Amino acid sequence: MTAVTGTNWTAYDAATMTAREIYGRTLAQMGKTNEKIVGVTADLSKTTAIVHFEKAFPDRFFNVGIAEQNMMGIAAGLAKAGLIPFASTMAVFASMRAGEQVRTDIAYQNLPVKIIATHAGISFGHAGTTHHCTEDIAIMKSMANMTVICPADGIETSKAVRACIDVPGPVYIRIGRGFEPPVYESEGYNYKIGKAITMHEGTDFTIIACGIAVLQSIQAAKTLKEQDGLSVRVVNMHTIKPIDEEAILDAVKDTRRILTVEEHNIIGGLGDSVASVIAGSGKGCIFKKHGLYDEYATIGYAEDLYSHYGLDANGIIGQVRSMMGMEFEADENWEDE
Amino acid sequence: MPITQEERQMLEKTACELRLKIVDVMEWSGGSHIGGSLSCADILTILYFKYLNVDPKNPCWEDRDRFILSKGHAAAGFIPVLAKKGYFAEDELRTFNHFGSPFAMHPDSNKVVGCDVSSGSLGHGLSIAAGLGLGARYLKKPYKTVCLLGDGECCEGSVWEAAMSISHFKLTNVITVVDRNRLMIDGKTEDVMSLEPFSEKWKAFGFDVVEINGHDYLQLTEAFDRAWSATERPVMILANTIKGKGVDFMENNVVYHYASADSEVCKKAKESILRTMGGM
Repeated sequence: MTAVTGTNWTAYDAATMTAREIYGRTLAQMGKTNEKIVGVTADLSKTTAIVHFEKAFPDRFFNVGIAEQNMMGIAAGLAKAGLIPFASTMAVFASMRAGEQVRTDIAYQNLPVKIIATHAGISFGHAGTTHHCTEDIAIMKSMANMTVICPADGIETSKAVRACIDVPGPVYIRIGRGFEPPVYESEGYNYKIGKAITMHEGTDFTIIACGIAVLQSIQAAKTLKEQDGLSVRVVNMHTIKPIDEEAILDAVKDTRRILTVEEHNIIGGLGDSVASVIAGSGKGCIFKKHGLYDEYATIGYAEDLYSHYGLDANGIIGQVRSMMGMEFEADENWEDE
Repeated sequence: MPITQEERQMLEKTACELRLKIVDVMEWSGGSHIGGSLSCADILTILYFKYLNVDPKNPCWEDRDRFILSKGHAAAGFIPVLAKKGYFAEDELRTFNHFGSPFAMHPDSNKVVGCDVSSGSLGHGLSIAAGLGLGARYLKKPYKTVCLLGDGECCEGSVWEAAMSISHFKLTNVITVVDRNRLMIDGKTEDVMSLEPFSEKWKAFGFDVVEINGHDYLQLTEAFDRAWSATERPVMILANTIKGKGVDFMENNVVYHYASADSEVCKKAKESILRTMGGM
């Protein structure tokens, strides 16, 4: 087993723990060496797994009850006192119930509050639409000063949580609810906020994904290689804002066909961020945004929903195949590449 | 620390000068929330010239007392008091609301020296005060955080979320003040949305409520002394005030919640202030 640096769990644990669990344990570990870290939640200590920090540091953990607006305001106040607050609740409440507090108290004042939001996307599928969150990326990335991160798995969650301390302003990290199979086998890779990671090399096509879609995209790429002989690049765009423009422009130049995949409304999410970079490049490209097509998801367990909405490998393979059949306009001139 | 006759006269004189400056700002800025700025002028004066342990030469001093203007629209009263305290030159107030100015209708802590917290959206300040209170306690810092709310602001549910938590966490280092001027944009608070029984509500939330005349320096002193020495229950000062206080034609007149003013109106306003308060 590969030991995970500085923490008391291993890659084996990472294969059996939810991203939330890994977040809570990572934060508890960080608290030992950084006394400025404080935690807040709104009656979701166990649910978001920040409870691990609470148990280790009860004197700097504050549960405000079911009051998310107050939680974000208190987090802003703690930051004003010189501390680094981690605020955890479900994504839907962090981004919308307390959205104005996040914008006005935290982002506007550019305070180092780290919002670790769980149950993002449709990961809490059977809870129904009140507890889904397919809007948070759009909301959070439109707030000036805010960094927006969507890790691919538990190991990357741990990486992101540790890295976000060095961001001087606010950071929003969205993670899921359940057990998502790990993408990474160990922590032994270079993670930098704002720098995308190529997970699978390819020259015919690029899938740019975030969150749970990364693993599914890698599996899709492998199948497409075997069955269709296609060379599909998979880019893990773990940071939505600031977006890695270079990785996108490379994909435009190298593959000319790009699919984005995300557990979010296709309006306002990763896909739109990628699209704006492509549009600004002046280059033509076969492009599609895949995710929730401006609709609220139906009821069901997360795995069934991922399958239903085509966010699994099979769904992604179908998207790629249909895009491979699309033609470019004849008058393009790519000689400058 | 009880107030002496001399100190009281000094504060009343300062408040009179502040009110005159508030009228100037109204003219320079093109318009302001004059009514609610005048209603809290005495509260601001006694805080900045008697109670708050702050140092304008070292505005980011870690151990300073914090002040949060949760009723951020009273920036037209708050920012002049910062100028008067010496954070910046009073002459800079002439830029108020103009392009590139640090001073606007609602205060920005990243632009205004001496302003601890940005505000303007109602119902936010008290939660931030609670966070500062928790932070100060954890860091073993001695400072107090004073949060001034409007009464109309207390329609916001988030105020009560914050109140609940200040009481729950026994944050006696947070001092809540409500400027009870009984008017909001659309009319009397009790007509628009009843706040009464207001004092009882705060008491029920666990506060030691001190109800006073918010223009009386003896009563303000008693209230802040009690708040500063609280160890058991957090204090909420219910300051009964008059909207537009000091300008006869603005007093209790909802038209002056926000008003633009020409120099003639401002001249009359200043005459009124000098007539009623200038002799002190």
